[in-house]
Amino acid sequence: MRETFTKGMARNIYYGGAVFFFLVLIGLTVDTVKSIPKTDNRENLSEQVVAGKYLWEVNDCIGCHTLLGEGAYFAPELGNVYTRFGKSTDAIKGFIKSRPKTGIPGRRSMPQFNFTDEELEQIAQFLKYVDGIKIARDWPPNVQG
Amino acid sequence: MKYESQGIAKMYFIAAIGLFVGQILFGVTLGLQYVMGDFLFPAIPFNVARMVHTNLLIVWLLFGFMGSAYYLVPEESERELYAPWLAKLMFWVFLAAGVLTILGYLLVPYATLAEMTMNHLLPTMGREFLEQPTITKIGIVIVVLAFLFNIGMTILTGKKTVITLVLITGLIGLAVFFLFAFYVPDNLVLDKYFWWFVVHLWVEGVWELIMASLLAYVLIKVTGVDREVIEKWLYIIIAMALISGLLGTGHHFFWIGTPDYWQWVGSIFSALEPIPFFMMTLFAFNVVNKRRRDHPNKAAVLWALGTAVMAFLGAGVWGFLHTLAPVNYYTHGTQITAAHGHMAFYGAYVMVVLTMISYSMPIMRGQKAANERAQVLEMWSFWLMTVSMVFITLFLTGAGVLQVYLQRYSETPLPFMVVQDKIEIFYWLREVAGLVFLIGLLLYVYSFFAKGKEVEDIGAAVTS
Ligand code: HEM
Ligand code: HEM
Ligand SMILES: [Fe+2]
Repeated sequence: MRETFTKGMARNIYYGGAVFFFLVLIGLTVDTVKSIPKTDNRENLSEQVVAGKYLWEVNDCIGCHTLLGEGAYFAPELGNVYTRFGKSTDAIKGFIKSRPKTGIPGRRSMPQFNFTDEELEQIAQFLKYVDGIKIARDWPPNVQG
Repeated sequence: MKYESQGIAKMYFIAAIGLFVGQILFGVTLGLQYVMGDFLFPAIPFNVARMVHTNLLIVWLLFGFMGSAYYLVPEESERELYAPWLAKLMFWVFLAAGVLTILGYLLVPYATLAEMTMNHLLPTMGREFLEQPTITKIGIVIVVLAFLFNIGMTILTGKKTVITLVLITGLIGLAVFFLFAFYVPDNLVLDKYFWWFVVHLWVEGVWELIMASLLAYVLIKVTGVDREVIEKWLYIIIAMALISGLLGTGHHFFWIGTPDYWQWVGSIFSALEPIPFFMMTLFAFNVVNKRRRDHPNKAAVLWALGTAVMAFLGAGVWGFLHTLAPVNYYTHGTQITAAHGHMAFYGAYVMVVLTMISYSMPIMRGQKAANERAQVLEMWSFWLMTVSMVFITLFLTGAGVLQVYLQRYSETPLPFMVVQDKIEIFYWLREVAGLVFLIGLLLYVYSFFAKGKEVEDIGAAVTS
């Protein structure tokens, strides 16, 4: 690097740049938190949905599936599964309930979690809530997720 | 080794390598489960194997960072470590926490683990990469705080160099952003938004500071190039890392229910993120070309140059590939993501830790560099692992391109599982490359025990 570009200048760019863009990130975060009530479907965030989210977490569903495109890539996207299953929570519950205990020979298969009917309803309601979140450009591109 | 307490790094590095082997064993297990879906089912379902794979990665990288800091900071600060006993104690605490957590994943169903560890009191489990029970997370915080205290006091009471200041800034950032792992709101959009404050601001933010400072340290040692030059590079690299990477977080806020402007902010700033990685490549080659001595540790020089190149390819090139919103619309959450994740993590953070180990381990074992045969074997393992990682990335990219086309782009999109069957061949090829990676890793481990002719100490005249 040129002699005219000194270490001191490099250091100032570092401190100045870091502080400035960190503040901008905080600013945009505040704005985001303020604007998401328009999109985040919070009006449907019922107690049932919250319980469903907890079940989603403590069974590590994200370890196989993506949810809004984040997670693992081993099993289908579930952010739009409610739509894919014909807007039917019963279809979702039926699917989860009917997973064979010992899997499907030679194929990927979802574990049997032995959920109670109440828990099944909570998970299905959680997935329905996620499907209701308004995503830019209506991602995913099509119903296959 | 100038200061006795630097030797504490050795136990950290040995643990790191051991856990690395575990990580890769589970990696090849996952790869097999991709093509033989019932492999180990239901004993070890895919999600369990996956969290073992990714959590071992994170834990061993943390061991690697801590070991590196314990080795580097006393020497730079020109004093013994502030509290060597604390570093040793925390080693065992961290190892116990890590091993117990992994055993927990493997021995009981995850939901049972959540119950056993009273997750409901402060629910933090079940998010990607942050699957650890809350109690483990608290353990990590304690270990990291003790570590920061130790390193921080050593720096404060010793000589301060640009390298140690950048390193400690990165490490403090690591600790601070980890705190977002404890914030799990019910609202999924908020949950996802702040989850990235751990994941993105780690790998595309503060970890880059850690990486750049470790690389700079090793380069000073093996080339003897003037500090002034190196420090200027270091500042400008980390400046670019934060200028691009902080707002670059926006490339994760395209499709999670956050405002539309993130598509612009995220695309523009993350498109700049390859710059610091490219500068690291320029930096490494420049400094090695201007070297004032030929260090007898050829393997360490190879790792240092390899880190710079592979980090640029994995993070810079493969990151840029899918970071613009119109592209990411199609590639988001596909095998393209997995391809990038692998090469970036390997190229940047795995390799920088292996660079530090390569440079410091011989010195901690009382040599300037490992014997000739050991170095040759280590360099073979470098090529085996690095080339197979390139192939893993290429095969996953192939799988990803087809997946995007068949599932998201074509006129008649096919269901996910149908597409997975059609691209199976790429997963088989990835598995083969993964096995070669494993062989390379085993050779790497073996190289530490290989006997051979001791290297002549060419660099002995210039001691530093
Ligand atoms: C040092 C080497 C490796 C590193 C740093 C690494 C890192 C990672 C990371 C970060 C993930 C999460 C991926 C993401 O979310 O995008 C992952 C997942 C995975 N890794 Fe590795 N890995 C390594 C080696 C391997 C090897 C050798 C194999 C097997 C052949 C493997 C197979 C997998 C599989 C199948 C997944 C799951 C992807 C999914 O969710 O569908 N990994 N690894
Ligand atoms: C060493 C640095 C980096 C590492 C270790 C890394 C690692 C990762 C990992 C593991 C993921 C997957 C996260 C998940 O599971 O959802 C990811 C996602 C992503 N990374 Fe990186 N990355 C790095 C740098 C970069 C850079 C420099 C760029 C851009 C130029 C980039 C662009 C992206 C994008 C756009 C995604 C989202 C992919 C999606 O939509 O599915 N990354 N990265
Ligand atoms: Fe990112």
